[in-house]
Amino acid sequence: MDVLTPTTLVEALRLKAEHPDAWAIQGGTDLMVALNFDRARPERVLNLNEVRELRGFTRQNGSLRLASGLTYAEIEHGELRDELPALAEASRTVGSPQIRNRGTIGGNLGTASPAGDAIPPLAVERAEVECASVRGTRRVPVTDFITGVKRNALEQDELITAVWLSPSRAPQTFMKIGPRNAMVIAVVSLAVAADDELRACFGSAAPRPVLVTAPRDEASSFPERVAEAAAPIDDVRGSERYRRHALRVLTERALKRVLA
Amino acid sequence: MTQAVRQLQVGRVGELVPRVDAPPKVKGEFAYASDLVVPGMLWGHTLRSPWSHARIVSIDISEAVSMPGVHAVLTHDDVPGQKTYGLEFPDQPVLAIDRVLYYGEPVALVAAEHPEQARRAADRIRVEYEPLEPVADMERALDSPDLHPEKPTRGHGYREDDRANVVRHLVIRHGDPDAEGDVSVSGYYEVGSQDQAFLGPESGLAVPDGEGGVDIYVATQWLHVDRAQVAPCLDLPLEQVRIHLAGVGGAFGGREDLSMQIHGALLALHTSRPVKIVYDREESFTGHVHRHPARMWCEHRARRDGKLVNVRFRILLDGGAYASSSTAVASNAASFALGPYESPNALIESTAVYTNNPPCGAMRGFGAVQTCFAAEAQMDRLAAALGIDPVELRLLNALKPGDVLPTGQAITGSMPVAECIRAAAALAPPAPEPLPRDVIRLPGGAGNTTNGDGVRRGVGFAVGFKNIAYSEGFDDYCAARVRLSPDAWAEVHCAAAEVGQGVTGVILQVARTELGIDDVRLAPGQTATVESAGSASASRMTWMAAGAVRDACRAALEEQARRPGEEVDVERIYRHPRTTPLDPETGQITGERAHVAFATCAMKVVTEVDVDLGLTRVVWIGAAQDVGRAVNPQQVEGQIEGGTAQGLGLALMEEIQTRDGLITNASFTDYLIPTALDMPPVESVLIEDPEPDAPYGVKGVGEPPTVVSSAAIASALRDATGRELTRIPVRPDDICL
Ligand SMILES: Cc1cc2nc3c(=O)[nH]c(=O)nc-3n(C[C@H](O)[C@H](O)[C@H](O)COP(=O)(O)OP(=O)(O)OC[C@H]3O[C@@H](n4cnc5c(N)ncnc54)[C@H](O)[C@@H]3O)c2cc1C
Repeated sequence: MDVLTPTTLVEALRLKAEHPDAWAIQGGTDLMVALNFDRARPERVLNLNEVRELRGFTRQNGSLRLASGLTYAEIEHGELRDELPALAEASRTVGSPQIRNRGTIGGNLGTASPAGDAIPPLAVERAEVECASVRGTRRVPVTDFITGVKRNALEQDELITAVWLSPSRAPQTFMKIGPRNAMVIAVVSLAVAADDELRACFGSAAPRPVLVTAPRDEASSFPERVAEAAAPIDDVRGSERYRRHALRVLTERALKRVLA
Repeated sequence: MTQAVRQLQVGRVGELVPRVDAPPKVKGEFAYASDLVVPGMLWGHTLRSPWSHARIVSIDISEAVSMPGVHAVLTHDDVPGQKTYGLEFPDQPVLAIDRVLYYGEPVALVAAEHPEQARRAADRIRVEYEPLEPVADMERALDSPDLHPEKPTRGHGYREDDRANVVRHLVIRHGDPDAEGDVSVSGYYEVGSQDQAFLGPESGLAVPDGEGGVDIYVATQWLHVDRAQVAPCLDLPLEQVRIHLAGVGGAFGGREDLSMQIHGALLALHTSRPVKIVYDREESFTGHVHRHPARMWCEHRARRDGKLVNVRFRILLDGGAYASSSTAVASNAASFALGPYESPNALIESTAVYTNNPPCGAMRGFGAVQTCFAAEAQMDRLAAALGIDPVELRLLNALKPGDVLPTGQAITGSMPVAECIRAAAALAPPAPEPLPRDVIRLPGGAGNTTNGDGVRRGVGFAVGFKNIAYSEGFDDYCAARVRLSPDAWAEVHCAAAEVGQGVTGVILQVARTELGIDDVRLAPGQTATVESAGSASASRMTWMAAGAVRDACRAALEEQARRPGEEVDVERIYRHPRTTPLDPETGQITGERAHVAFATCAMKVVTEVDVDLGLTRVVWIGAAQDVGRAVNPQQVEGQIEGGTAQGLGLALMEEIQTRDGLITNASFTDYLIPTALDMPPVESVLIEDPEPDAPYGVKGVGEPPTVVSSAAIASALRDATGRELTRIPVRPDDICL
């Protein structure tokens, strides 16, 4: 297995164009698990950890550009916490401190798991994913970027370089259910934001994220609407019935928080 | 001055001694079996069955043998000696012959230069299977085709039973099993299959000695029983197989049965190279036996004043594909089915069956965990039906010395059940924490699911007990050897497996106490230098090792008195009082006792439950445990906390899930064990009522907290939710749907 380690974005994109089969690695908290469990044996790994453009976040004309290498620990403890409270709450629920120090939002989008905790809070902020290649750059709404279970809209030669959003400043929250009180993959999760409209997006309850919206005055029917938008399944982590039930309860509680 | 220095150095029986292995374990410096390395070492890998039940049509290794780095590919044809082995009954093939009976059953072995090469080669072994209908449901096993028509457990003094797939069927009839009471409560209960989930997966290193023999360095619980199983399969005399204890990362019963021992030795002898085998987590789920899933039907009859009149209990245990220790688990489940209560009449029926589910065997609590969950739920029901306080009901029925167990055995030793109940009941839980709180102090924890909405508090209480050491006539002994120098130092040899429970410290404390010197070391555990210590299980190792080391030390002192100035070297074997089998028809004792001694733990639990989402937080646990005498109080408390945590896991989250016998959650992503946020502080009271038959009055302490904590937590969840909760682990669905 070759490890390619570019130090600039230009170089990274060139390498990805030359080696479309190379697997990008950022925190490695998903990729290394796949390697250790013998589920993947990529010929090449593209190590993005030395690319400075992919670290941290920047501001442009009222918009935030979260680089793909932004970690959960940075979101949880840094200044973004006030601007993106739901994402910060979601970050706090991810794995353990070790995982939060390494795991990134780019990696979460790369994996495109229905349980990815960064996805619902980004979706309720109507965030867009910046996909870049030597051919250029495009932006795709998060809800379109994830195309199915562990599938995303990335082209072979593209990398996830950032997530763009204009913070809504809306009251918002994130909740996640697991059978134990820390370190769980979501049985079901939910992000809710409320300004002129109500916005919700869930995890682990459909193959891909769905943004559910409603006028603010339809709060009373919103929990039912969220539960109905879901398409949960029975699996080892939980039952379909429970997931739908929990979405109703979580939405009610989230509305209590954000409409207070 | 001298006084002070000596006090720092001593570590005698009853004193608090810090564990020597704690700092290296915390710092990551402790060498576990998986860390073993020797020059020239090859890596072994086991090809396992993807089916839970299948006929093997053919095995073709030709392509695998020619893969890069491969030194050997072995099948059952290459097993030179006995083709099957087993802890008690040799019913399990070293490598599958003609058929597989469970998912993950070993089929072939590969040794290669690199573990990846070994795995790749294993992928190229072509095994043609003809899948068969699995026996996946324990209740249907008796009407299914017999998986073991040769009946491996027959002829061992158990009740004759011709039904298909019976491992052991046992009936205990006590008094008049039809006796009526004023009130009666009935229930049906289920317990899921728990994994030991030790953090150090199975691993070991086999080193050929160049003379046809082999040294096996392995994480195990009982060195000599490993040797007794390994040698016949290798067709070697016992002396040519030397088992050495390597660093053990937890055991909990899961290392009683063999894992890589024979496989590693076969590969090592075949290649004349050292061979190391380390399972990964997924493989570990198929690499050892689990806790038996159970179904239990119970009826408790009592007088209006609460005194038990008659208890009827039917227990069904899923033993999985092979016998392992199912016969003893079935018997233990029956023996302790009532809990530590006196009833003049009882009818207890216990059956362990074969299925194509993962094999089950020893796990901390050994049958008593399952029945304690059912029996304590029944006691709560009875208390409610009678309008009696649940603690009072338990006190009223508590066993005491002189009482008779359903097997007819009279209690002659220590039995402070009432003391435990009173002490646990007297512990005062902390007052509810005010709201708002940090979410991590609420049910749902870090998931941020509630700020207090839906949260109800519940208090539960339960009592559990079980036997110490091996029962039913088993010749249970432990050897120790002491080399005592005239220069006031000693070396102790004892093959007691240090599995993290701290027996090393116990051995040193006993030797220092008996010899009256401080400079005592413990030689590495191995089969070659000392006789068997028996198993580090059944809460027996402290008692047995203490007895053996005490006797050897005293013998060494006597010998030294006879030969002053000389170094002496003596070995002694200690046996606990003899037990006898149960009558196969009546389940009654055939001698004075079937069990040696008993230990009890009473537990009070406070939980908070989010009743809308079914999420829980155990807030506080108070335990009072009958420990005989605490050799090292800190270590005893550690066992109570650890044992409680394992029972908490079973109550709330730990279950091996299967579909048609295939494990569907073989990873720590989906098989969840408690984290620091799930485990509350435990307040422990040690009840010291010395066991007359035991050295220093000790009792085993490792299992009683596990036996009782699942039941106590379930009781608290019932109090919080008002639900019956008749199955553990309790799922969120059970609480809120
Ligand atoms: C113990 C543990 C607990 C966990 N708990 C959680 C949890 O609670 N919630 C949760 O959501 N996740 C959890 N995860 C999964 C993981 O931590 C997250 O998905 C994390 O966001 C992945 O980020 P990473 O940087 O480590 O990704 P990596 O492992 O580096 O990459 C993940 C995937 O994304 C691709 N990729 C990475 N960067 C790019 C890029 N710039 N462009 C294109 N593709 C890219 C990789 O090729 C790979 O396929 C857990 C993992 C572990 C091991």
